[in-house]
Amino acid sequence: MARDSQAALVALNRFGFGARGGASGDLINAATDPRGFVKAELNRPNGVLLEAPGLQSTPQLGQAAFAYQDQVKQAREAAAKAGTPAEAPSPQAPADQKPDNKLRRNLSLNTVMTEIAGQMAEAKPADNAAKPDAMQPNAAVPPAAKPAPQPLNVIQKTFRAEALARLQRATLVECGFTERLVVFWSNHFCISANKGELARMWAGAFEREAIRPHVLGRFADMLKAVEQHPAMLFFLDNQQSLGPDSRAGQNRKRGLNENLAREIMELHTLGVGGGYTQEDVTSLARIITGWSFAGRQGQLGTPGSFVFNTNAHQPGPQALLGKTYEATGLAQGEAALADIARHPSTANFIATKFVRHFVADDPPPSLVARLRDVFVKTDGDLKALATALVDSDEAWKAPLTKMRSPYDFLVASGRLLARVPEDPGAYLNNLNLLGQPLWTPAGPNGFPDTNAAWAAPEGIKLRLDIAAQMGARLGNNIDPLDLLEFAAADAASTETRRTIERAESRQQALALLLMAPEMQRR
Amino acid sequence: MMDCCENRLLTSRRGLLLGGASFAAWAYLPKFARAADGRDPRLIVVILRGALDGLSTVAPVGDPDYAGLHGSIALAADGAHPAIMLDSFFALHPAMPEFARMYRNMHAAVIHAVATPYRDRSHFDGQDVLESGYAGPGRVQSGWLNRALEALPRGERVSSALAVGPTTPLVLRGAAPTVGWAPVALPQADDDTAMRLVDLYRHRDPALASALSQGLQLEKAASGDDMKPKPGNAVAQMRQVARGAAKLMAADDGPRIAALAFDGWDTHANEGGPVGRLAFLLGGLDGALAEFESGLGERWRDTVVVVATEFGRTARINGTDGTDHGTGTIALLAGGAVKGGRVISDWPGLKLANLYEGRDLKPTTDLRSVIKGVLQAQFGLSDRALAETVFPDSAAARPMKGLVT
Repeated sequence: MARDSQAALVALNRFGFGARGGASGDLINAATDPRGFVKAELNRPNGVLLEAPGLQSTPQLGQAAFAYQDQVKQAREAAAKAGTPAEAPSPQAPADQKPDNKLRRNLSLNTVMTEIAGQMAEAKPADNAAKPDAMQPNAAVPPAAKPAPQPLNVIQKTFRAEALARLQRATLVECGFTERLVVFWSNHFCISANKGELARMWAGAFEREAIRPHVLGRFADMLKAVEQHPAMLFFLDNQQSLGPDSRAGQNRKRGLNENLAREIMELHTLGVGGGYTQEDVTSLARIITGWSFAGRQGQLGTPGSFVFNTNAHQPGPQALLGKTYEATGLAQGEAALADIARHPSTANFIATKFVRHFVADDPPPSLVARLRDVFVKTDGDLKALATALVDSDEAWKAPLTKMRSPYDFLVASGRLLARVPEDPGAYLNNLNLLGQPLWTPAGPNGFPDTNAAWAAPEGIKLRLDIAAQMGARLGNNIDPLDLLEFAAADAASTETRRTIERAESRQQALALLLMAPEMQRR
Repeated sequence: MMDCCENRLLTSRRGLLLGGASFAAWAYLPKFARAADGRDPRLIVVILRGALDGLSTVAPVGDPDYAGLHGSIALAADGAHPAIMLDSFFALHPAMPEFARMYRNMHAAVIHAVATPYRDRSHFDGQDVLESGYAGPGRVQSGWLNRALEALPRGERVSSALAVGPTTPLVLRGAAPTVGWAPVALPQADDDTAMRLVDLYRHRDPALASALSQGLQLEKAASGDDMKPKPGNAVAQMRQVARGAAKLMAADDGPRIAALAFDGWDTHANEGGPVGRLAFLLGGLDGALAEFESGLGERWRDTVVVVATEFGRTARINGTDGTDHGTGTIALLAGGAVKGGRVISDWPGLKLANLYEGRDLKPTTDLRSVIKGVLQAQFGLSDRALAETVFPDSAAARPMKGLVT
């Protein structure tokens, strides 16, 4: 087959995480059979699951978090008794300590500062301490200004271990299409690690358990896994929502919280204007009362596991979207979710968002219609959806105009530079700087997916600063023109090639390569 | 350059900004002054994302139904943390002493029972309406503040507005040029690399060329000795952002218009009353307003800050001591140019029959009227431009008069 470098760019950049400098074969493979190269990952058995030593299940992590919280509390009480200032057994970052911060969602424009300066202070000391890592900014801060490194607590350690496993997979995988799908669905069904300690503890496990097993499976299964996952129930407050007429609701004089029900319909399935009313929101909220997770006492089940709390569940049948759901306990909500997953509005909403992510901000209507039909015909088979996308001509012909998100950009840079991260700190810092803190979007609608969001002046300027730091650290040993061959081969523009050739140093050339349109657009 | 001293980098970057013709858009802004009275007005738009509970921020403590509906989180004029009485009916949240001071000095006002034309309860559509200025969520890619810039008379045009934060909020997106700034700590790329990249983008990717140029322009103009992020809470962060933006806007050649957004106002659970989560956030907002005032210095006299949110929250608290998505809420005005000391409201009352759909504060004032009133008074925009271009199809929402001195 003829070699088609332009199609290889599409295969690697639009569908994947970019070419790997240390395995230049990927660009050649992609150029020989672009569609086959992308689709190969869809057929790898269990290729989406992520297992790494030390990663634990949600209940195990929940128990570790509860134990840690108990430990902190005891230490505080002991300190109070002794009349000395309270101190946690292992110092933790400010945002994790303050109850106010636990509850707030991150401030969009403060994300950057809050994160680097606040709870991500966890990452800082380690990262400035001369760790060999591709993404590490060349610290211009004098050593004296650095705070003494503090030991990480179990929550911070867990978050970093989960982040590292995800980053390593993204760096090493051949094309990256399935990892891109994981990121897409994880953002569609996002939680925010800023919700509190449990959310931070569970953010990675949520993706491993609720998203990954279903990325090439059925939408309805992913939906159920997501809405029953303790991380989501915690993020959108459903564990607090009580049926007003339930036993717990009557005893405790508390009631409904519509948060999860609303986002299920608005953001996860039907979409705004998808044909539901306020009454439907309230009704679904009643239907899913009792969807909760077992607390530290474990009265309802293993602490940190999903439970259906009959005591909190609103009794009686409920009308939703024109259908009545009988009082069948947990099954009532499961039946409702299964129907919502199959609703035509859901097919339309998902197809549109999918095409917008992979092809263009203004998704070609013909392609959206085709994917919607595939979704409907296959009852939400997400592998069929992904395959139909790769099989479409639109996805290969549309110009590469989408901006890489900060995560895509950082991963693609790490791949091109053949740096497998050993520490996630630099990535986490840079994601914070660029406005896409890992697993921490500002709201339940996730990170934006359009050029307007990622091609903003401040964001581009910061990318340049990061690229310049990488160039300064790594450019010495690299031939930037070789790297350009790995990145784009003869699909690179004359201007890009000339700009890199004419750079005054290898360091500068590398920074310019990382910032070239061929690396920024997908 | 082996010398990594940050100050050297700052100095050289600033030299580049002022020397390079390609960076002229911001560096050589014409002085914008109202012809009539020689004022040099400034406008700052603060968007509170997540739907602020107006009934907990400016509480109608004189309404006999308020305390019952707002239950455990209702404010009261007495108790351990008394709300600050603004008049005989409305009381301000105790976390906002700076706003209270401005109000007493007649430099702050409240508009209550206000809403955009949006009547559903999706944050994202609500924000789309609030920021686009269209009557419904039309998914347009420009905002009313940007179109207001375009509508300014030629020759007096403010050629660049300031978008604070790593991404430009929709309200400021559009054809009129904007510049962006966010406080960060990162060693900078050197000028030569930046210029080469701008040149490459100019040939291959004009959109990126323009974004990068703008990003380079502002980065240091805003910075001073204290702009480094420091560990701290959201309150400190809000202040810090406001301080940086004020510093930029105080300059003679600085932007006259800025937009920024604070997130986190979606108080579904454990909202808190006079203390708690909402109080914490309101304290941050209050601090940001104070930073605008001190940072703008002499310019504060000609400034209006508009604080708005996509919609309000339910009048009745929900089952988890929070509030759900509602409709009517408040808008705040602060600044030396505000004709303040007033709560402006056609109060609908909180009796069940008077609530919107039996659950929300009924809006009686169109937020567009408020914003139009400010835009008209500050920048002299015509009724027609406001009704057709800035807020399309909004002739019925007349600009509110007398908001600005």
